[in-house]
Amino acid sequence: MDNKCPENVLEVIQTSELLVKVMEKKKQGLRLAQACAAVTEGHTQLSYSFANDEDFGLTTLRIVLEDNEEVPSITEIIPYAFFYENEMKELFGVNIKMINLDYNNKLYRIEEDTPFLPKGKEEA
Amino acid sequence: MGKRSVIPFGPQHPVLPEPIHLDLVVEDEKVVEAIPSVGFVHRGLESLVTKKDFNTMAYVAERTCGICSFMHGMGYCECVENMMGVEVPIRAKFLRTIWSEMSRVHSHLLWLGLLADGFGHENLFYQCWRIRERILDMLEMTTGGRCIFSVNQVGGVLKDIPDDMLKSIEEAITDIEAELKVVQKTLLYDYTVKSRLCGVGILTKEQAHDLGTVGPFMRASGIKSDMRLRGYDAYPYLDFEPITSDDCDCYARCDVRTREIFQAIDLIRQAIAKMPSETDLAVQVKDKPSGEYFMRVEQPRGEAVYYTKGNGSMFLDRMRIRTPTFANLPGLCETLKGADLADVGLLVITIDPCVSCTER
Repeated sequence: MDNKCPENVLEVIQTSELLVKVMEKKKQGLRLAQACAAVTEGHTQLSYSFANDEDFGLTTLRIVLEDNEEVPSITEIIPYAFFYENEMKELFGVNIKMINLDYNNKLYRIEEDTPFLPKGKEEA
Repeated sequence: MGKRSVIPFGPQHPVLPEPIHLDLVVEDEKVVEAIPSVGFVHRGLESLVTKKDFNTMAYVAERTCGICSFMHGMGYCECVENMMGVEVPIRAKFLRTIWSEMSRVHSHLLWLGLLADGFGHENLFYQCWRIRERILDMLEMTTGGRCIFSVNQVGGVLKDIPDDMLKSIEEAITDIEAELKVVQKTLLYDYTVKSRLCGVGILTKEQAHDLGTVGPFMRASGIKSDMRLRGYDAYPYLDFEPITSDDCDCYARCDVRTREIFQAIDLIRQAIAKMPSETDLAVQVKDKPSGEYFMRVEQPRGEAVYYTKGNGSMFLDRMRIRTPTFANLPGLCETLKGADLADVGLLVITIDPCVSCTER
């Protein structure tokens, strides 16, 4: 990431580190500002952005997933993340386990499965 | 323990301008739990990023919402500008600030009207929307549109506001301010209104933080945070402090938003007074976007997060908008716990929900 603005800090981590890192951010008093998925160069990447409301810093934890890799839900630590995780699961087919409020791919009530995944990737 | 039952609330309900559904677990007349569900108006706007080039996506972003459309277009453009390292002319920054604050005024007036309608004060609803028309007229005068303005582009803005129009805006906001002071007396000091709002839907400071709330909903719980203090657009040149309340209830949300209208009027005045004389409105953007960026702007409903990721072509890999209502829904569910069933409609309104924004 181009850090043209100091507010954008990116930490690339392993999936296995996710819960520990999220717990660290929570203990620092940071707020989960957003979480989203993106597909780039054939890989799905997840971004969890944490905001510091005092200095306006924004730190993003980034994980790059292998095909159909399982991701632990962070809702055990941040319960309100369930909307973000349901969105990633439904639109990108991210294999997130143990979401505290799982809409089972019916958050947006759309007929198409994983519509944001590039065509062909869902069959791979 | 009383008898528990589940009552569906929405997606069609008299207080709801847009469709959202809540499963309310109630015990007698008290709400024990609320489970939200959306998905009635999902449009998949973000997926258009593969079909529309990054310049055209500014118009798609603007169509995320019919109320804060300007700021959606602006937030997207500023995200791409930061990603590409584009410095926008100073006059464009001031113009964006003026249009942003005008959008905030009309959005808050729309909400105050809906709130008044929600607690049964129809005349107040008429008055708020009547005043709001003046702002919409000014937006139409300066941009040509009342809902969708299409004045943002990556690199700046497409239209200027000439000096005579700036003078007209100043005169109009002075009139609006005077009219609003009359309405404010009823909104904030009327016994009936206070009895309907005070002490209802408490969300403590700790809860507001722990549930990730944003905007006036968060500030009404005593958290002093406002993304405008980050210093984008012309805000570094303007004097203002976030408006907060420690009451944490529906009244506090009404109070904060009402005072934010006066603050927005003051910011418009300051921006007009400090408007740079330079005439450049935009820089030409010739490169193709690469890299990625997270941009945050303070919309009328609170912090919105924009994420763009480029790949060196005209089409972005990803454009994502996290809208304020998306962040405020968990907070809403918390305020509903323990609420009277009769207050549910009012509580839903007090977060100023924008469901179309949320679903994109």
